[in-house]
Amino acid sequence: MDTIFAQATAPGKAGVAIVRLSGPKAWVAIETMCSGLPEPRVVGLRELHGRDGLLDTALVVVFEDGASFTGENVAELHLHGSSAVVSAVLSEISSLEGLRHAEPGEFTRRALENGCLDLAQVEGLADLIDAETEAQRRQAIRVLSGELGEKAEGWRQGLIRAAALIEASIDFADEDVPIDVTPEVDDILRRVLNELESEIDGVGFAERVRTGFEVAIVGAPNVGKSTLLNALAGREAAITSEIAGTTRDVIEVRMDLGGLPVTILDTAGLRDTDDPVESIGVEKAQARAKSADLRIFLVDVGGSPAFEPIARDIVVASKADLIGESSEGVSGRTGQGLPKLIEMIQSRISELAGQSGIATRERHRFAMSSASGSLRDALVNLKSGEVYELVAEDIRSAIRSLDSLIGRVDVEMLLDDIFSSFCIGK
Amino acid sequence: MKHSHFDVVVIGGGHAGCEAATASARMGARTALITIKKAGIGVMSCNPAIGGLGKGHLVREIDAMDGVMGRVADKAGIQFRLLNRRKGPAVQGPRTQADRAVYRSTMLSEIERTPNLSVIEGEVVDLLDEKGVINGIVLHDGVEIRSSAVVLTTGTFLRGVIHIGEQSHAGGRMGDAPSTKLAERIDDYALPLGRLKTGTPPRLDGQTINWEILETQPGDVDPVFFSFLSNSVSSAQISCGITHTNEKTHEIIQRNLAKSAMYGGFIDGVGPRYCPSIEDKVVRFAEKTSHQVFLEPEGLNDHTVYPNGISTSLPLDVQELYIRSIRGLEQAEIVQPGYAIEYDYVDPQALNLSLAVRSLQGLYLAGQINGTTGYEEAAAQGLVAGLNAAATALDKPRVEFGRSESYIGVMIDDLTTRGVTEPYRMFTSRAEFRLSLRADNADQRLTPKGLEIGCVGRRRQTYFTEKAERLASGQKAMSDKYFSPQDVAKAGKRLSQDGSRRTAYQLLGLPNIDFDDLVKLDSSLGCIDIETRAQLGRDALYATYIERQNQDVAVTKRDEAHLIPAALIFSELDGLSNELKVKLERRRPANIAQASRVEGMTPAALMLIMARIRRDAKLPATA
Ligand SMILES: Cc1cc2nc3c(=O)[nH]c(=O)nc-3n(C[C@H](O)[C@H](O)[C@H](O)COP(=O)(O)OP(=O)(O)OC[C@H]3O[C@@H](n4cnc5c(N)ncnc54)[C@H](O)[C@@H]3O)c2cc1C
Repeated sequence: MDTIFAQATAPGKAGVAIVRLSGPKAWVAIETMCSGLPEPRVVGLRELHGRDGLLDTALVVVFEDGASFTGENVAELHLHGSSAVVSAVLSEISSLEGLRHAEPGEFTRRALENGCLDLAQVEGLADLIDAETEAQRRQAIRVLSGELGEKAEGWRQGLIRAAALIEASIDFADEDVPIDVTPEVDDILRRVLNELESEIDGVGFAERVRTGFEVAIVGAPNVGKSTLLNALAGREAAITSEIAGTTRDVIEVRMDLGGLPVTILDTAGLRDTDDPVESIGVEKAQARAKSADLRIFLVDVGGSPAFEPIARDIVVASKADLIGESSEGVSGRTGQGLPKLIEMIQSRISELAGQSGIATRERHRFAMSSASGSLRDALVNLKSGEVYELVAEDIRSAIRSLDSLIGRVDVEMLLDDIFSSFCIGK
Repeated sequence: MKHSHFDVVVIGGGHAGCEAATASARMGARTALITIKKAGIGVMSCNPAIGGLGKGHLVREIDAMDGVMGRVADKAGIQFRLLNRRKGPAVQGPRTQADRAVYRSTMLSEIERTPNLSVIEGEVVDLLDEKGVINGIVLHDGVEIRSSAVVLTTGTFLRGVIHIGEQSHAGGRMGDAPSTKLAERIDDYALPLGRLKTGTPPRLDGQTINWEILETQPGDVDPVFFSFLSNSVSSAQISCGITHTNEKTHEIIQRNLAKSAMYGGFIDGVGPRYCPSIEDKVVRFAEKTSHQVFLEPEGLNDHTVYPNGISTSLPLDVQELYIRSIRGLEQAEIVQPGYAIEYDYVDPQALNLSLAVRSLQGLYLAGQINGTTGYEEAAAQGLVAGLNAAATALDKPRVEFGRSESYIGVMIDDLTTRGVTEPYRMFTSRAEFRLSLRADNADQRLTPKGLEIGCVGRRRQTYFTEKAERLASGQKAMSDKYFSPQDVAKAGKRLSQDGSRRTAYQLLGLPNIDFDDLVKLDSSLGCIDIETRAQLGRDALYATYIERQNQDVAVTKRDEAHLIPAALIFSELDGLSNELKVKLERRRPANIAQASRVEGMTPAALMLIMARIRRDAKLPATA
């Protein structure tokens, strides 16, 4: 039985975050991170160390098998509830041999199998059901930033194709299928592997916490975007001038908005223009604004946003000072409406942070690295020729690792691909 | 009216029926095989070949349980080929061309000399039941035969309709009447029915084929057999011919498409994608100007030739036209037209893992009636149904096969949990544990199980036990000794100098080491015989992968062991979504592993079901 771990408290910013481990290596894992475990069922304060130094000072408590929630050896870490800390601790644990991220509901399942849940607790499971549907998994895929979502779809198609090619040459060896599928499979696997690896390096949650959530200010030239940015940043970050189109490129300002790291993007004024240089800037600005986590559409009173906002975006009237103190809008010049706007930004971003939960992210990262391991094996086996069945096995296990990202891939999907691309049936 | 009593009655003498009847009889149940014509026993309705990829695995597994198909196919084999010979052992599948007449006569004599087994000629027209328990059958002449269990294996005979071009008539297959009365009776039991179709090519007179100008495909020089007990060919060996369709052929077909039963809209049933008619090929792969056709002789004393790859439901005159447009077939005479057949099948989701109908006690279904296609798929189901019908009659425990143990288990699980959308055929890619479910180790996987339940005869037992001992001692000898990369270098083989010591068994799994190298390292290994060496080599090849897979196997086995009682009513489980309730009620998963594969299933929902099973198990049984 392997040892599993996961964040036990709700993801997002909170006072305390609990990470739970269960299984034969639960204690050993914690022991490698701190100096000596406390007595079972006694809370101890410990410094947790990872490969890169101190992670957090946490409360540690362990339970022995037979006296724990799951019936196995259990360890719990009560961490400071910062996303960055939790993420760092989870990734430290996942690097240990024999530990893996828990599947949804796996702790409860172990408890159930070991006879450690009473009926009332079990009936309470019913509440979990809604939260754990296939739809949720699809949502998990959706919360991956748009770009990653698209990539995941590309991986899915690539892996199905690669698996189908290999399976076709195994199962229909006697039929009219290409004998050597190696070059095409090799191409696909390399592409997927490269993308996976750059993804693993780049878009971890930790990275996100470091670089901040992106909030784009969008609006027509001279609507007051730069003034608003300056007001938010409290300094002259963007050059504000009266000439329309001054802010040609995207200006980024990092700030701490009530504890959340945020990067505000001031984009070029969005308007139709004949100036080729400006129009490139405008295009770039739009694309960038669309890929941000949140957009603030700044409009003149009675005006409308430059492109369609999504549900969580904020649309606000600018230059409120010109209209009067009671107006709903915001003014970068006088600060009118600013506190309310900041509050709105904060709440939408915390929501986002919660939604995309570290656990999910960490799980994705973990999934991606085990998939990339399998794909490396696949490439080696592919090169040695002859052992297509092992290549198939490697691809299968990569697909299984990526299940939570790309959704389930079934043998029927491979067969669909095979029968639609080759004329099978002698 | 005559009454007789058997433990088990098997209806149908096709591939499913033969295997079911002999399996039941081997279990010690008094068994009757009832079929329309004794001469129809073991008839191959379609191509004269047994085995292939996935299919060959099934035949090996049947043989490992001491079934008949493998032995009979070896006797009738006139061209043996091991498919994927150049790929790894996990994906190699034995196949043979079979002499149709020899296959039939060998099967009949196997059946006639099986103790506990009687053959009765006649058409079954009705099933007998009492309080929802099937307990016998009625023949066309009114004779009733009672039994504790009935296995139904009527193939394509339920409301079969044969189509040739625009013409159609009722028929179970060419030359046989359909089973209409029985089909109507099955309607009364409200089993969920569907409609499928399949087709077969025209048969040619081999004397009218110009073999001289055609390419040929010979068999293997060292034939690989199906049965673990066979060791030599019984018949003379032949080659098959190869030819191709051409643009002219395709043009003829294209021009006459509207006359095809399948394209003229005369057929509603769904056909298999992996066995398309020539019409399908020409339409769906319009860019291909040629398709391969294998010319397979149907027997040594039979001139009939089966042209593999051009099944059709075009009218006879068009068939003649397109056949003669093919190289080598310019003068060919058709001895039996190609046709398509539509038939009823029972949605296999109505069955449990022993292939018993869930809603009716005592009735088992096997073969094409369950939506599959192919002799081997039929026979493997026959085995399962026969063993279980006998177990029921004799009050023994059920015999079930798991996905991690056999292709048989994969198939039964696929059928009963997912149903079929097209005729189901086995492929190796359906088996997630393909590396361990190999044709070469079918006996290691299944014969112990057969011995335990009592369906394996003395001869196989002796042979198997002796082989298993040789394997075990070979394995032990090879796992006891460790060698460093330096040791291996002395035998002239380079390994990465990682300092790790490996056993002889581990070394054998490496691509550049063969058994002779090991003997150089340790001469005592030289006394291991050739056959055992080869088998150990196949086992060692995948050892690291299989070790990794064992964790998944353990999970599957654990989930399979959580049985869901038939009495559990999913719709009464608080907390399940309505959608899941409906799906679960329809599919009635037999265990947690099956439930986990129901679409839309969530971990929490699974736990809810497990919790309920646990609670029910704890509650005292109320009388
Ligand atoms: C036209 C055609 C084309 C096919 N093409 C292919 C193909 O390309 N590839 C492939 O893999 N498979 C093909 N098959 C399928 C293959 O032949 C079957 O899957 C296999 O034979 C099924 O075995 P079975 O035992 O279920 O049924 P069958 O072999 O059909 O046997 C049914 C038996 O039941 C008996 N029977 C029926 N009704 C009664 C009754 N009322 N009372 C007593 N006995 C009864 C019949 O006499 C017969 O012996 C084809 C079949 C047909 C007919």
